[in-house]
This record gives sequence, structure tokens and C-alpha cells, in this order.
Amino acid sequence: MESLNAFVLLANFVLVPGITYGCQLALGALGVTLIYGILRFSNFAHGEAMSFGTMAAILFTWALQNWGVSLGPLPTALLGIPVGILVTIGLLLSTDKVVYRFHRKVKASPVILMIASLGVMFFYNGLIRFIIGPQDRNFTDGERFIIKARTFKEITGLSQGLSIKMTQGITVVVTVLCVIALFYFLNKTRTGKSMRAYSDNENLALLSGINPDRVVMITWILVGALVTIAGTLYGLDKSYKPFTYLQLLLPIFAAAIVGGLGNPLGAIAGGFVIALSEVLITFAYKRFLGYLLPDGWAPESFMQLLSTDYKFAVSFTVLVIVLLVRPTGIFKGQTL
Amino acid sequence: MAFLIGQQMTGGYGGADILHDCTIGDEKGEIAVVVGPNGAGKSTAMKAVFGMLDLREGQVLMNGEDITHLSPQDRVMKGMGFVPQTANVFTSMTVEENLEMGAFIRDDDIQETMAQIYDLFPILKEKRRQAAGELSGGQRQQVAVGRALMTKPDVLMLDEPTAGVSPIVMDELFDRIIEIAKTGIAILMVEQNAKQALNIADKGYVLVQGRNRYTDTGAALMADPDVRKAFLGG
Amino acid sequence: MMMNRNLLLFSGMAGLLMLVGFLQSWNLSLAIVNLCLISAVMALGVNIQWGYAGLLNVGVMGFAALGGLAAVLVSAPPVQEAWEAGGAGIIFAGLVLIATIVAMRLVYPRLQGRQRLLAMAALGGLGYFVARAFYGPATEAIELVNPATSGYLGGLGLPILVSWLVGGVFAAGAAYVVGRVALGLRSDYLAIATLGISEIIIAVLKFEDWMTRGVKNVIGLPRPVPYEVNIQNSPFFQELAASANIPLIEFSSIIVKLCYAFLFGGVLLIILYLSEKALNSPWGRMMRAIRDNETAAEAMGKNVTGRHLQVFVLGSAVIGIAGAMLTTLDGQFTPASYQPLRFTFLIWVMVIVGGSGNNWGSVLGGFVIWFAWVEAEPVGLMLMELVTSGMAEDYWLRTHLLNAAAHMRLMTMGIVLLLVLRFAPRGLIPEKR
Repeated sequence: MESLNAFVLLANFVLVPGITYGCQLALGALGVTLIYGILRFSNFAHGEAMSFGTMAAILFTWALQNWGVSLGPLPTALLGIPVGILVTIGLLLSTDKVVYRFHRKVKASPVILMIASLGVMFFYNGLIRFIIGPQDRNFTDGERFIIKARTFKEITGLSQGLSIKMTQGITVVVTVLCVIALFYFLNKTRTGKSMRAYSDNENLALLSGINPDRVVMITWILVGALVTIAGTLYGLDKSYKPFTYLQLLLPIFAAAIVGGLGNPLGAIAGGFVIALSEVLITFAYKRFLGYLLPDGWAPESFMQLLSTDYKFAVSFTVLVIVLLVRPTGIFKGQTL
Repeated sequence: MAFLIGQQMTGGYGGADILHDCTIGDEKGEIAVVVGPNGAGKSTAMKAVFGMLDLREGQVLMNGEDITHLSPQDRVMKGMGFVPQTANVFTSMTVEENLEMGAFIRDDDIQETMAQIYDLFPILKEKRRQAAGELSGGQRQQVAVGRALMTKPDVLMLDEPTAGVSPIVMDELFDRIIEIAKTGIAILMVEQNAKQALNIADKGYVLVQGRNRYTDTGAALMADPDVRKAFLGG
Repeated sequence: MMMNRNLLLFSGMAGLLMLVGFLQSWNLSLAIVNLCLISAVMALGVNIQWGYAGLLNVGVMGFAALGGLAAVLVSAPPVQEAWEAGGAGIIFAGLVLIATIVAMRLVYPRLQGRQRLLAMAALGGLGYFVARAFYGPATEAIELVNPATSGYLGGLGLPILVSWLVGGVFAAGAAYVVGRVALGLRSDYLAIATLGISEIIIAVLKFEDWMTRGVKNVIGLPRPVPYEVNIQNSPFFQELAASANIPLIEFSSIIVKLCYAFLFGGVLLIILYLSEKALNSPWGRMMRAIRDNETAAEAMGKNVTGRHLQVFVLGSAVIGIAGAMLTTLDGQFTPASYQPLRFTFLIWVMVIVGGSGNNWGSVLGGFVIWFAWVEAEPVGLMLMELVTSGMAEDYWLRTHLLNAAAHMRLMTMGIVLLLVLRFAPRGLIPEKR
């Protein structure tokens, strides 16, 4: 019984939030990795693109809420996402046309594209502040919980409760659907395979008649969908602050690199590695050990390895260890 | 007029000219081989025919049509297939996906062509679900040739296909190339292994410093004592 | 010809600053100049890394903040009580950590594979927990000492000018660690590693109250220049102000700013002189050769990673010095004010706009971009008022646009960077070839 309680405690405070956060990071890292694989630069504007996509989804969600549209127990934002995706794709494609395409045509080094993405980041940041302002926004509606801690206790008779928020459930379901769709696209469709071919060997892809402009366009379309979904899921889960996305850049990049830049499977694995280590290391194990250890052995202190203030440090440390031990990432990088 | 011909080609990669008034050509169903010492401009001549460098003078004709100013991609559309010397397969993709990508410009059913290629290279059929990067050097070359054949080209150009493979694999590869030529495809090939290549060649070009030095049938070149002494090691 | 153009650019900049002096106020103009000078030093630091060697440092903010930390640790008066409460604990925790690292380094070469991994984890974990056992109670005790006014250990009480050097050393130390990990790998990795380290540095400064008071800020750092009040009380300056016909309060503030400008200008000139010397030395030529063709340089037997580490550490040191200068000018240390957009990316805009690889360009870029950054807000507001002047006073779009005007400058900076990258990639003062 005690060990069951300990497990439920761990599930409630580590597994559920860790998996949710892992899903969000994985979706973000997938975007970074796609851009790296096809356009061959690290896109620093990725966080802001997520923020922009979320903003677009929120604006439409508000409109829907005003019109009285609702999905019942599910958040209305699910309906806002598709519109957000379209708007974001529009922004990304115009950015590519105005900014990146030129540098690509003159075969600028990836570093120049990376710096250009810094400029784009500035621009998006200003654009977001201009449109929605820097305040916190809450746009979650519908049912709050799938399982409440109290209900769980009543059903199981355990003293430890497990609660799963609606947003957490949605995050996991949507992520699984997205990942399945993306992998189906990349591995089964002709267009998806042509993207992989382009990422693998650009010259040979050109020789085979694969149109690079089309590959790039499809990449941005996929990225637009991924950033909007990832950003909105994160916003639903934690409320929307325009600038938290800038701070997500580090864990997202860490996830993409840990998994192997350019490798989608790696991006997903990296997302979970980063998220779970963050949650595991900042979790206070006092009560967990209290359940497992014999009476009287329970620790006095919180038994927290690192305060939550330093969660960046976790992704950074994981990143450093991977760079030191296996610089190509868990999965080998550079191919989709 | 030959089916494919690069006439009096002069040009280079922007700097000094590498090719000087160089002519190479080929007929359908025949094998033409370009040989010569290192730095003779063999690969450059082939790349010029394929449109990978700008010619200052001369032209490239295929089936009587002037294609001098077409991009390599457009030449693929016109029926040219090209197998680069290195990085000529998609290493992370399976053999079958490599072939599929070779046929990317085709909109019709590719199953038949793929079956033909599997007949030509039976080992590829066996390994069709394996990533091309995991194959041996000779098998990779087969994938590379197969990929280029997927467009059903009229001309197949090979840049040193036997570089870095063992003699047995080389013989095997040459046998396959002869088979391909028999289906009516014109084969233009640059080779380091001059002797073996000229043996199977209908036509041979010996280039020196970007110029034609000897041009004749493969057998005639093999028999020419000057060519033997200077280029074939006696 | 080139020289004339540069002269023109610099005099144009001086003209703009004078214009602010005449139109707005000299006080404001000098305030801008001081920050321009600091920005120029920071831009020089980034230029040493990016312009000389092509290294992408996305953590300028962190290195600048380390300079700020140096200002606190050097100049703030020590808090005796706090030292008695927890000083020993902190020192002991530090010693344990050092001992752990030494032990790990000793064990590392002696073991292999899984054993090594286990030993490292065990040693690291043990050291961490032992250190925490001392560190936890010590910090708690320190933070309980007069939390409203101190609650931290304070500094050494030395002159704040010393901290400029110490700031450089701090930043160089951090750069050495990051460089050792991330240099020699793909260039993106350095960018991401620096981004990470700067976030961590800021987090440490924000949350380690015993060291920096965290978000409670350290205020009233000593100054290297006289206080306004002292000037106002001095008969000499009273007369001078009267004869110049400037109100005494404004006059004193101008004098103080001039003193700062003098100090900052001195540092800028020294660093600029050294940077130019280095750039034109064999060392500088080698750096550029490596930047332009890493493979060739490596083939010629140059230790590319080693050189990169050198240049990365030097550039970061310069950024650290600038960071210490900034905190000195502010007279206070506010960890929450370190924003990446303001500290990292703005400096990048300065370097790129000024001209990557050219030290004079970075100086000019520092001036131009800081000036634009400061003036963009009033100008943006003016523009918005112009645009919205036709709308009703309380029309929602008008209020929205007026509120949003403040954010225009981020967008402007982004656009400026993109335009320069595309149309004038070599910047205002291109690198000499």
C-alpha cells in the first residue's frame, strides 16, 4: 500500500507533468530539427514563432468565445489552433521569402542565416508586443480535470491522489497524433520522402529533380503547424506569457541537440529526456521517501536536488554532458 | 551526327579554362569511355556535358537538339542520367526509397522500371529495405546506377563508377554496364581503370590537359602502341 | 577616401548627439554618450569573437552580468554580521566543491568505461550533498541578517574601479569553461551553450540572495566620481556654474556625467588600441586566416580550437569589463534588468551594423544603435500620435497603437539588422582586406 502510494505520488508530481512538458518540448524540438535538416541553420526565432502562433490561436479563440462557440468539456482553443496555424504559416512563408531566401540563394554560411534569425526574432517579438501586448493571457476554458485527486482517492482508496488536468490529457493526445501524422508524411508519402532525400544529400536530390523551393516551402508549413500546436498546448497548460517562449528556446534546442540535430526521432527522445530530467531533479522527494522508508526514517529536509529556480541549469547540464560524451546526439544527426 | 555530343567545349569553373576545344560524344546502345591521366579534365568534360559548368565556347547537342544552356535538372528531364563519383546515394534512405527518389520526376507507374532494376541487380532486391548507407561499396554503386536509371534515361553518365571497389566487383559492375547499354541506352563513362574500361568501350577518348589526344574505338586504342605506352602502363 | 568616409560617419554621430544637447538637454545627451561608450566596449568584445574569429556568442548578457556581479563583490561594504552568521559555511561548501572537482579529475584518467562513469557520478553526488549540507544552513543564516537592508555577505569594500578588472576576469573564467565544452564542435553548439550559460548566470544572480540580494537588488554602490551634492556644495563649482549661466543642479549632474564619460572613454580607447594592435599583429592575421578557412588553417598545423578558446576568453573579458562599467554607472545591481533582447541581441545589431571584423565599426555601431535605441521610443510615439491624430481621443485603435508604440523599437532593431545583413553585409565601416 505504502509503495503504491509512493508510486502515485511520483506519477502525480513527476510523470504526468513531465510527460506533458516532454510532449511540448518534443513538438518544439521537431520544428527546430526540421529547419536544421532542410535549411541547415539553428533558428533562434523559433521561440518567438511559437509565441506568435499561440497568439494567433488565442485571438481566434477569443472571437469564438465571444460568438458563444464552445467545445463543451474541451477547451475552445482546439478550434483556434487551425486558424492559428494558417496565420503562422503565412508569417513564416513571408519571412522566408523576404529574409532567408536571399541568403540561401547566395549560399551564405549557416552562421549568417542564424544571425538573420536573430533579426527575425527581434521582429517577431516586437510584432507580438505590438498586437497583443506583454501581459499574461488566460484563454483556457472547458473542464479543468480529467481525474480529480479526490475522485481518484475515493475510487482507489489510496491516501495519495492522482490528478490529470484536461490540458495535460489534450497535450499528450494531440502530440501523439501530430507525431504519427508527421512520421507518416516523412516516411510514406512521396513529398515527405523527397524532404528526407533533400536533407540527406542536397546535390543528389537536385539531380533527381526534387524542387528545393518546394521542399523549403513544405518545411515552413510543417514548422508553422508544429510551433502553433506546441505553443498553444504550452499556453493552455501554463497560461500565455509572450516572453516565456524566449526562455523555452534553451530546453528546445537542448532537446534537439541531445537527440541529434536533424533527426526527428531524436527530437522526440530529446524532448522527454530534457523534460523528465528537469522534473526529476527539481522534485522534492521528502514525501516519496516518507512512504517508502520505515517509520521514523523519513527525511527532515525537502530532499530536493535542485531548486526549481534552476531548471534551465538542468537542460544545460544534460546538453553539456551529451556534448562531452557524444557530440552527435543520442541518434546520429543530420538526416530527417 | 552522334546521339549525344559535346562539341569543341572550352571552359572551366570560373577561373582558368580547364577544357580546351574538347569533344566527346556517344551513340545509343554504345559505351563511350573517357580516360586520361590525373587532372586531364576527364570529370570536368563529363560535367560540362551534364551542364554543371558554364562553357565559354562549344555546344552540347542531344538528339540533334541544342541543350548547351539547360540546367542539369532540365537535362535530367530531357533524358540524361548522371551518377556522381561520391555521395551518390541517399545514405539514410532504404534502397527502395533511393530508387523511388530517382524516379521523382516521373508521374507514371514506376513499378516496372523498378522490377527491371531488381532484375539487373538482384542483390538490391534482397536488400531493398536496408538503408543504402549500410551497404558495401559495390552494392552502393549499384544503388547509385539504379537510381539514375529510374528516369528511363537515353543517356547514362558515370563518373568513375569503379573508384574504390575491388577488381572482382569492378568486373561485375562492367558486366552490368554492358547489359544496360544493350537495352539501347548510351553510356558515357569516365574511368581511372583505363585498360579494363577500354576493353568494354565501343568508343574511347583519351584526354590530356583538357584536350582530345586520341579518339578511336576502344579496341583500336587498346591496340595503339603509343596509347598503351603512355596511358595503359605498357 | 575610406578614412574621409569614416570621419564623416563619426562626425555625423557627434552631430546627432549635439543635436540632442541643443534640442532636448545636454544632460540627456551626456547620459546617452555614457551608455554609447559602454555599448561600444561591449560591441568590441563581441567583435573580437565574431569579427576576428567567427564565433557566435549568444550569451553576451551573462558575461555582462558577471561584470555587474564583480562590481558588487568588489565595492559593496562587507556585512560583518552576515559573515559571522554564515561565512564559514559558505567557504567550507566552496572548499568541498573544489575538493570534489580535484578528486574527480584525479580519478578520471585512472578508470575506464562504466566504472569511470559510476565513480564520477558517485564522487559528484557525494561532493554535492556534502557541500549542500554546509551551504543550506549558511545561506539561510546569512539571508536572515537584516533582510531589509542587507541579508547578504556584501563585498570587499574596495574601490569600484578595481571591479572593472575583476569583472573581466569573472567573464573570462566563465568563457573558458563554456569554450572548453563547446568549441571545436559545430558552430551552432557554441551559440546554444552560450545562450544556456547566460540564462544560468542570470538565474544564479537572481536567486542566490546571500551573494547578490537577488531581486531585492543591491543599491548605493560606491562611485568612482564625486557626488552631485558635493559639487553643489563646493564654492568653486558654484562660481563656475554661475559664470556659465547654468542652474547649479543641472551643472553638477553634467560634471558627474563628464567624469564618467572621461573614465569610460579612457577604457574604450585603451581596449580599442589593444584590439587594433592585436588585429594587425601576426596573431590577428592568423585568427582571420582561421576564420576564413578553418580546414586550410588546420591542415597547416594551426591549433584552431586552442586559438578559438583564446579569442573567446579575451572577447568575453572585454564584455565583462563593460558589464562592470555599466553597473558602476547605474550605482546599483538589478539582476532582473538583464534581458537578452537588450543585452545580447542589441549588441549583435551594433557589431553587424557597424561592420563585422572592424573595431572602429563596432565603436560606431555601439554609438549609432544605442542612440537609435534610446531615441526610437520618443520618435515612435511621435509617429504614432501623427498617425492616430485623425482618430477620436478614446478610440480603441488609437489607445492600442499609442500603447504599442513603446514596442516599436524591437521591431525596428530587427528590421535594421535584417536590412544590413541583406544589403550591406559588411556594415558601415567594412573590414579592411
